[in-house]
Amino acid sequence: MNTMATPCHTAPALTLDRVSFTHRGQRLLGEISLRLAGPGKTLVMGPNGAGKSLLLRLCHGLLQPTAGRVHWTTPAPHRPPRQAMVFQRPVLLRRSALANLTYALATIGTPFSQRRRRAWDALERFGLTTIAQRPARVLSGGEQQRLALARAWLLEPQVLFLDEPTSALDPAAIKAVEDAVNEFNHQGIRIVMTSHDLHQARRLADNVVFLSGGQLIEHTPAERFFASPDTRQAQAFIQGELIW
Amino acid sequence: MAMPALIENALANALTLVIDLDPALRDIVVLSLRISLTAVVVASLIALPLGAALALWHFPGRGLIVVALNALMGLPPVVAGLTVYLLLSRAGPFGELGLLFTPAAMVIAQVVLVLPIIAALTRQQIEALWAEYGEQLTSFGHGRLRAIPTLLWDARFGLITVILAGFGRASAEVGAVLIVGGNIDGVTRVMTTAIALETNKGNLALALGLGIVLLTLVALVNAAAYLIGESARRRLG
Amino acid sequence: MLRHLFAGTGLLLTLAGSALAQDSAQDQSSSQDSQNERFIILASTTSTEQSGLFDALLPKFKESSGIEVRVVAVGTGQAFELGRRGDADSLLVHDTAGEETFVAEGYASERRDVMYNDFVLIGPADDPAGIRDAGSAQEAFSRIAEAEAPFASRGDDSGTHRAEQRQWQEAGVEASVSWYRELGSGMGPTLNTAAGMNAYVFADRATWIAFDNRQDLELLYAGDEALFNQYGSLLLSEERHPHLKHDLAEQWHEWLLSEEGQQAIADYELKGQQLFFPNAD
Repeated sequence: MNTMATPCHTAPALTLDRVSFTHRGQRLLGEISLRLAGPGKTLVMGPNGAGKSLLLRLCHGLLQPTAGRVHWTTPAPHRPPRQAMVFQRPVLLRRSALANLTYALATIGTPFSQRRRRAWDALERFGLTTIAQRPARVLSGGEQQRLALARAWLLEPQVLFLDEPTSALDPAAIKAVEDAVNEFNHQGIRIVMTSHDLHQARRLADNVVFLSGGQLIEHTPAERFFASPDTRQAQAFIQGELIW
Repeated sequence: MAMPALIENALANALTLVIDLDPALRDIVVLSLRISLTAVVVASLIALPLGAALALWHFPGRGLIVVALNALMGLPPVVAGLTVYLLLSRAGPFGELGLLFTPAAMVIAQVVLVLPIIAALTRQQIEALWAEYGEQLTSFGHGRLRAIPTLLWDARFGLITVILAGFGRASAEVGAVLIVGGNIDGVTRVMTTAIALETNKGNLALALGLGIVLLTLVALVNAAAYLIGESARRRLG
Repeated sequence: MLRHLFAGTGLLLTLAGSALAQDSAQDQSSSQDSQNERFIILASTTSTEQSGLFDALLPKFKESSGIEVRVVAVGTGQAFELGRRGDADSLLVHDTAGEETFVAEGYASERRDVMYNDFVLIGPADDPAGIRDAGSAQEAFSRIAEAEAPFASRGDDSGTHRAEQRQWQEAGVEASVSWYRELGSGMGPTLNTAAGMNAYVFADRATWIAFDNRQDLELLYAGDEALFNQYGSLLLSEERHPHLKHDLAEQWHEWLLSEEGQQAIADYELKGQQLFFPNAD
């Protein structure tokens, strides 16, 4: 990747104000108050069932909080920033790899005549030109996730959410995804990503949001989190102990 | 007539009918296909979006519509025919249109029969696909309305089967088109009513021969759809 | 997206397009027809349709008048219903008593005798009830009842069914379900069923002659005047149903009664036999 089409000058800030989420009478998350500002990469960590994916979906707007408020502070007020999300298991449409990209371009209103060329650019950036015409859903897991990243890139997001994007991939594919995440961030895109992999978090995180049992335990800069976390639970998590 | 002899005669009849390109048979076949295909297209244009909407929106009374559609899938053709007859009869609300005993009336009756099948099965397919696509399409910023064409297109292989099921029901039924079409020679006589007529005349070999021709036609339409679907599947996944 | 939709549904749309185009062409021609009022709907009985009579009559009538007759073949009871609702322009049926009631109720303005044939008793070739040498229809029906031989009845309130019921009444027989089967079907299906269960059956001669799936059945008794089967043509009431094509229907009605029409009926033969005997007065 060389240059982003639209570099971002001011990173939008996300504020969660006493947000909670209840499903069928059971509180799954919250209350959580949290502010994600600055241009960095936030890793949302925690054991299984901590509410990481749920938090990501609330931030992205796929789910509405039961109580509390999620709001953005952006240079253009009253308008949420352009966002995209990459899922643990990429959801690709039943069409060719190329068509999946032109579809995404159509959703953001790219003129028809430019879609094919820009989609092709994205395939080149992510090393996918050889599989352009192949049905997206028969690609390997790594290729599918790279295609999902290419698609997210075409959406020109200011914020990119990634939900466990590497959990089903082999080491080479994991490296490709992590390189892409770094490159995205280098281009000015705010990254919010969940992971349960400590090594991955160490490689990527600027700061860490640590959840457990639906509660926000701590939000700490990465260096401090991995060296001497503020809380006993985070300490136990890092030392590989099971906490519930 | 003994069974083996009957079947032999039926096959001979079917072959003769096809090889001779009997003009009366050709007219009947063309009319049958036109009526059933028109009915399936009209029903699909309504039922595909309707089924998709039922899959995506949850509103009060939705359950009632879903149950009603599922129940109507088993609607006896004679009842559909009788209902359409009463509507189109001169004494009925739409009598002025003068549609009774015309091909248009037969199309209407078949739409009534086919629409619930296509709508109900479309709902199931789209609901399953929405479970998979929902978050991604929402992430794109699509409303549900905008999602419908995407979902219908991506469910196309399943929906072809759904539409073929509708075509099968349309082309196979006799009760409804007999009542609203009247089985008028050269005007509203289709394969199934011709088969019923020949059966009534005790002309079992000819009736079975016509049945074989009908079955062959339906099989050809299905084979064509299958081949198109397969090649598209190979190209697009 | 749209491009794909169009491409993918191409076949279906092409088929549909051609079907619809043809359909609208057909609709146009039929609406032209109705503008020119060049066809009528005739409600008639399955027996006349299945005997092939109309295949012989209608081309001749069309040649002399230019009018197309579209035959909807149903039971006599249903034919009356079509007439009452105004769904047919003309009726040709065979239940004289019912036809007279229909006129008396004001649905038809005129009823005329057109032709007749006769009813016949069909049964298994070995004739277990021995009706072959019966002296009268009444005797034949009595013998079937005494032998309690299986009997297949139309049971559909058709002209033939009504005629059959009159025969039982005159024979003074109370039919029992142990051997008397009401099928609720047209003449053809009833003959098919009778052939399947080797039963006696009351049929009109025309349908019987045209019927192919006889298996072991034979014509066992005929000839009694009581088995006379009269067909009548009805002119529907202009007052009740002003929208009907009364002019065309009247031309058809008059043609049936004319020398030309009567001759055409007499000329029709199937398997070397005359099926209908003209008797317009």
